[in-house]
Amino acid sequence: MGASEFAIDVRGVTKKFGARTVVNDIAMQVRPGEIYGFLGPNGSGKTTFLRMLCGLLTPDGGEGKCLGLDFRTASNEIKKRVGYMTQKFSFYEDLTIEENLDFIARLYEVPQRKAAVEKSLERLGMTQRRQQLAGTLSGGWKQRLALAACLIHEPQLLLLDEPTAGVDPKARRDFWEEIHKLAASGLTFLITTHYMDEASRCHRLGYIAYGNLLAHGTVAEVVQAGGLTTWEVSGENLAALADKIRGLPGVEQVVAFGTTLHVSGRDAEKLRASVAPFLTNAHRWTKIESGLEDVFISLLETAKDNFS
Amino acid sequence: MSFNLQRFWAVVLKEFIQMRRDRLTFGMMVGIPMVQLILFGYAINSNPKHLPTAIYAADNSPFSRTIVWALRNSSYFDLTREAHSAAEIQNWLAEGTVQFAVTVPVDFSRKLLRGEKPDLLLEADATDPSAVGFAQAAVSQLATTVINRDLTGPLTRLRASAPPFNLVSHQHYNPESISQYNIVPGLIGVMLTMTMIIITGLAITRERERGTMENLLSTPVHPGEVIIGKIVPYIMVGYVQMTLVLLAAKFLFDVPFIGSVPLLVALTFLFIVANLAVGITFSTIAKNQLQAVQMAFFFFLPSLLLSGYMFPFRGMPGWAQDFGECLPLTHFLRIVRGILLKGNGIAECAPDLWPIALFVTVMLAIGIKRYRQTLD
Repeated sequence: MGASEFAIDVRGVTKKFGARTVVNDIAMQVRPGEIYGFLGPNGSGKTTFLRMLCGLLTPDGGEGKCLGLDFRTASNEIKKRVGYMTQKFSFYEDLTIEENLDFIARLYEVPQRKAAVEKSLERLGMTQRRQQLAGTLSGGWKQRLALAACLIHEPQLLLLDEPTAGVDPKARRDFWEEIHKLAASGLTFLITTHYMDEASRCHRLGYIAYGNLLAHGTVAEVVQAGGLTTWEVSGENLAALADKIRGLPGVEQVVAFGTTLHVSGRDAEKLRASVAPFLTNAHRWTKIESGLEDVFISLLETAKDNFS
Repeated sequence: MSFNLQRFWAVVLKEFIQMRRDRLTFGMMVGIPMVQLILFGYAINSNPKHLPTAIYAADNSPFSRTIVWALRNSSYFDLTREAHSAAEIQNWLAEGTVQFAVTVPVDFSRKLLRGEKPDLLLEADATDPSAVGFAQAAVSQLATTVINRDLTGPLTRLRASAPPFNLVSHQHYNPESISQYNIVPGLIGVMLTMTMIIITGLAITRERERGTMENLLSTPVHPGEVIIGKIVPYIMVGYVQMTLVLLAAKFLFDVPFIGSVPLLVALTFLFIVANLAVGITFSTIAKNQLQAVQMAFFFFLPSLLLSGYMFPFRGMPGWAQDFGECLPLTHFLRIVRGILLKGNGIAECAPDLWPIALFVTVMLAIGIKRYRQTLD
């Protein structure tokens, strides 16, 4: 892996589309064998960042290494060692599973291609269905095929762009099992996602909004850094209560979670003062640990004030 | 379910909004009728006049000058060149620089005066029979009357037996005026234009539309490998099509194969590349497959009408001919007809090769520039 102890080690990565800065001065360090979750609202620059890492887009600024290679000049070498899974299924629907795998294996000049394709089919559990057209696969199977195709050249780093969008919970869980297994064998992952449960399955997270990396670290670190205080409220007439407390000083989020209400804010004292009149017997108030989602939404609100 | 006007109107409005959003389609809806109007209304003329004509006056006499003058006045012939040998005339006809050649033989006036009915030779490049038909009819009319003016005084007696000279008309390359000889070889060019532009346009746009291009480019594959790899199969398809037409030309239509077929196959490659370059350039502009097809059609229509495939090239007004000269099909038609019907070699084809090469260079420059932009 070279001198760097990181699989991804970049600083100051910037991309502009015309006058708009889509990725602004992002630094990222990912260790080998780590699953790094990349979160952020739609259009925040996640995909653009991934595309720059694998050489699809030319960055306007930044430096650093990807798998020990200069990510700005050695993109051809990097491509050989990286697997990139696009957001949309981007294999050939009018080719069979086997033909798709074989095609990708040829592009990567995989040695002993036939054996590699065979192995990949086996791991997919698609040996029997190899002649099936990729277009006829269900969403979950398409995603597994895409993952298998990304892995066929035995990359060291996988960039997965919303790999589980539109995939059912069972398939998603299987997918994450697979990823953890692969990470344990030394593969590094950079995965974008919108699902909080998936975020919490990552070793470390980064949260990006408006092109800026707002928070990063383990789940606990990110939650801690968010500095959010959250109350959980249960009882009658929660909707009416929500209307009353929304907008009070210090109350930043009032979100309904099933039969409970989450009320949170960054200034714990102000929040307490504002909700004090409502601490009656009608409702049960409990102080809970803030969730990732609350933290992210809070970060997004702050970022909106700062950047947009 | 009854027909509800409000729901119906909602669909109508939605269609109009979408129509307006797709600028290119909208442009095509207005553009194609306009192009057709201009082409059919102004450019196409099935009775071509002012055809370039060479004269070889071996006998320079008042009579031959009268004939020259009369030809010019008929408005069918423009005397563009004067030859100094019979060989020169053959050369020009082969290259296609002239449509007609008039030869006044050495002893024309002497024989005429003696009442021996000399021959006046009119040679035509009849590869496209429809280009020469009217002109030939005009010239035979001319022959009976034109010289009478000069036959005065004692020569008046020569008028009596109409016409005082024989007009010998030679239709070169297609003596029987068989239009298939012209159309069938030309079809190779038309078919290649259509297939190459539409298919390459589609093949690359489809890749982008379905998102597979992004996936391809994330692999170590070089963009050049993608483009060339994508078009080579279609070049083969092009040659299969060409083979089919050539076989049909030979065995179904009895088209003469006077020139070298290997030469034709070799030169066709340049033409195929020209069309592929157009297809690639279109694919960098088109946002989806529908637009790619529309753009291909927009290119195909003038190619078909202004190249001399359907209507005689020289029948068109000057601006239309200038435009036609820019199209690769125009030059390819001259090459394919030249080789098959006239037996032309590389030297005679050269004047039509460099315009195609220039077209390829310009198109590829645009295509590559646009292709680069679509990546970032």
